[in-house]
Amino acid sequence: MPESETIECNLAIIGCGLSGMAAALFAAEQGISTVQTGVSGGMIFASGLLDLMGVHPLETGDKWRDPWAAIEALARDIPDHPYTRLEKGSLRKSMEQVVAFLGDEGLPYLKDGENNSEMITPLGTSKYSYYVPQTMWNGVKALKERPPCLILGFNGLNDFSASQIAGTLGDQWPGLRWHNLDFSNNVTAAGLVSGDIMARDMEVPENLERLVSEVRPYLNDAEAVGIPAILGMERSHEIVEELSNELGARVFEIPTMPVSVPGLRLNEAFMRGLSAKGVKLFFPSRVLKWEQDENGKFLLGIGRNRPDKWIRAEGVILAAGRFWAKGLRADNDKIRETLFDLPVSQPGERKEWHRREFFDLRGHPANRAGIEVDDLFRPVGKDGGPVFDNLFACGSILAHQDWMRMKCGSGLAIGTASAAVDAFSSFNA
Amino acid sequence: MHTQALIIGGGVTGTGLARDLALRGVESLVVEKNDINAGASGSNHGLLHSGGRYVATDPGAARECHEENEILKKIAPHCIEDTGGLFVAVEGDDEEYAADFPQRCSKCGIPCQWLDPKEAREMEPALSTRVIAAYLVDDASIDPFRISLENIAQAQDLGADLLCHTEVTGFEKENSRIKTVHLINTNTGEEISVEPEQVINAAGAWVTEVAALAGIDIEMLYSKGTLLVTGHRVTERVVNRLRSPGDGDILVPGGTVSLLGTTSIRIDSLDRIRPTIEEVDLMVDEGSRMIPALKGLRYIRSYAGVRPLLKMDSGLDDRSVSRGFMLLDHTDEGLENFATVPSGKLTTYRFMAEKTADLVCERLGVDAPCLTRTEPLPSTPSGMWTEPALGPKKWIRENHDDPLLCECELLPKSSIESIVRSIHEHNGDLSLKAMGLRSRVGKGACQGTFCGKRIAAFLQETGQMKGAEGLDDLRAFLQERWRGERPVLWHSQIMQAELKEALYCGSFDLETHGGGQE
Repeated sequence: MPESETIECNLAIIGCGLSGMAAALFAAEQGISTVQTGVSGGMIFASGLLDLMGVHPLETGDKWRDPWAAIEALARDIPDHPYTRLEKGSLRKSMEQVVAFLGDEGLPYLKDGENNSEMITPLGTSKYSYYVPQTMWNGVKALKERPPCLILGFNGLNDFSASQIAGTLGDQWPGLRWHNLDFSNNVTAAGLVSGDIMARDMEVPENLERLVSEVRPYLNDAEAVGIPAILGMERSHEIVEELSNELGARVFEIPTMPVSVPGLRLNEAFMRGLSAKGVKLFFPSRVLKWEQDENGKFLLGIGRNRPDKWIRAEGVILAAGRFWAKGLRADNDKIRETLFDLPVSQPGERKEWHRREFFDLRGHPANRAGIEVDDLFRPVGKDGGPVFDNLFACGSILAHQDWMRMKCGSGLAIGTASAAVDAFSSFNA
Repeated sequence: MHTQALIIGGGVTGTGLARDLALRGVESLVVEKNDINAGASGSNHGLLHSGGRYVATDPGAARECHEENEILKKIAPHCIEDTGGLFVAVEGDDEEYAADFPQRCSKCGIPCQWLDPKEAREMEPALSTRVIAAYLVDDASIDPFRISLENIAQAQDLGADLLCHTEVTGFEKENSRIKTVHLINTNTGEEISVEPEQVINAAGAWVTEVAALAGIDIEMLYSKGTLLVTGHRVTERVVNRLRSPGDGDILVPGGTVSLLGTTSIRIDSLDRIRPTIEEVDLMVDEGSRMIPALKGLRYIRSYAGVRPLLKMDSGLDDRSVSRGFMLLDHTDEGLENFATVPSGKLTTYRFMAEKTADLVCERLGVDAPCLTRTEPLPSTPSGMWTEPALGPKKWIRENHDDPLLCECELLPKSSIESIVRSIHEHNGDLSLKAMGLRSRVGKGACQGTFCGKRIAAFLQETGQMKGAEGLDDLRAFLQERWRGERPVLWHSQIMQAELKEALYCGSFDLETHGGGQE
């Protein structure tokens, strides 16, 4: 039994990626007393885009302008995809709720009606996404209209290459040019500049003025200017607007490799906003032990190496992610869920887990392994019944989806988080 | 074009021969249909044998190994880590084989020191407590990429030339001699004719194809061997299982990692050689009997190579077919200026080159002694970046204004520039894969996730790749890495693979952009 401090709450959320954050938001906005644990990291890998659904069927790589139509097609072809358990209306509403929250926290998002927008990626390829950070919106327009455009890079910002983007897109975009600036004052001994330090620098007005004056000579006929997503940490959409006005060109941010500033912005916005809404955040901490009391409440021992706090919760939402986040673990013969040892829908023998070609359009079966749930998003056992009445799961740990290939990661994270919180509420009521 | 010696094949044999001939004043042209060490020369353990492995099955080869081991340690110390090696038997192994080992070594002149198993475990704490016999020998680890790169570098300094991506398409014969050799650049389609005085077929697993073009029949056997790369170095020394050679019974240190191998699987075709999950599991099982920790370790990748073996009607299994040196003089088959080196070992590459060069010189009427037995192999910039420890050491000393493009192996921008120069010197085709053959690019834990993109960007930025070339090359490189990653995707490495896919597919949608399925 736990001897140290015990924190009482209605709901404990395990995981601090997008799904865990969204679940905490929905719970808080329903007035549920909520505790959240997790090892920060999930969000810093985020590009900032909120995908809903982009590619289906994978075999042919068909891309959908209308994500809602794609979800309907998906439901027909893959009836056990988690999306099939969500009402279209509630999925839409949950995304709107998250976007409204982010807007309030200074991260406004835009979208093109009911449609996906085509985005420039850090590689110069393009991909469909649904909600786009306002700072990137001019890029959507530029990619569509292809006006004379300058892509700007910074020497030392290693993982962003203006020339690579221009090289990849240049064949179909004659007016696309690139230029690298020596800009940061904060170059490390290794000649590197970190994105988050640049982002903080950009919040200093003098630095922004200097950027304007250094870009101007290279502007020529450019009507649009693409800049890696380092334009400020907290008021980036205002910085983009200021820059656009000063340069007389439509400035837009382009996503970067992790650690990405848009990911950090999301992380900070959630942490700030969730704390304000009364969610108790324990980051970084892992759930290291668990048990159930005589009433079926969960007791979670959390800490970094050994449990130093205990949480007593009526219900638990597991949003622990997949392999990278350690929600799932692959032994060399079986994929396991790491905390509750929940049954995992297996992808067959190990030789079936991954295909011979990395880029095989069908995706890799291991990425569809995961937790199977009932209509209330409760993990189920072999008999089809819930393993626990009060344990719910959401996000990428769920089985029968391939968010990386279907481009459905954010919609999946948010939609299933909302459903899991609703299920908990009805259970608790 | 005219040359005294046309060498077909740019592996350790071909490049070693080019150097040997160059030191004797004979000019040569090396043509390689793929790239330096693209075949067996680049997919082996990197083991400089003491000879101990062959004392029971092939004493002749064992003796050769021992002699060459001593020579190479003197002439090419910068390509070798003199680790020493152990032979260990574990409970259940053939005790008679173990008992006979020292005597067999001594018959072959191979130094071998008996160790108390307890002492052996003190030297190598990772060894199993079930070790029942142990001997210390002179095994070492050798960098086969560096050996080939240094050999060809000195040969080129002395006037030899190398054409990568250049394949033989036909021979024209006249009066029992090859008069003209037709070549094609497989990238550009450009056709070249060479009139050589002598032709040496050192095409490794592909000697049969080359010889057939000259109307000569050579029957070969192909045995695939798969190896595994661990995430960190497990032992200080080479560790061999003291038994008749079998699967997963050698662990060789390779700088910061260890290499576990191999399997031996007869194959009929040289296409699509890839390591399999069954082989990986088998080796982990077998290897863990010597070193139990091999069971729970992180493996970064696997790779497979092909042992070319000359077919002899002996009924022996593939490991027992002599891997000793052989030289086929085709005079009796009606060609006076053609010879084939059908098979051999990394450890004895210099000796093969010496004997082949002797034949070439005799035929050319050149009277010059072999110098490679004593002449040190110079260290050059083109061979520098294959060494795992070098990156960090050099970078920490000279990092100013030289950003890192590879964080796993600590390769700075300047190293990439130097590797690009080396590719050009070899008339190679600039690609990430070619850079991987000449350096540690893509070989660290992330398997190209970050360095692949950065180096592709660097090539684009410096105008060396244009338009969509960079993207296509990056795709090909990631696929190439995947072949080796796929069989080891569990524990930590499946996490890495997920990160790679989240970026390249989730964020960049690269799977639907360009490239074809293999």
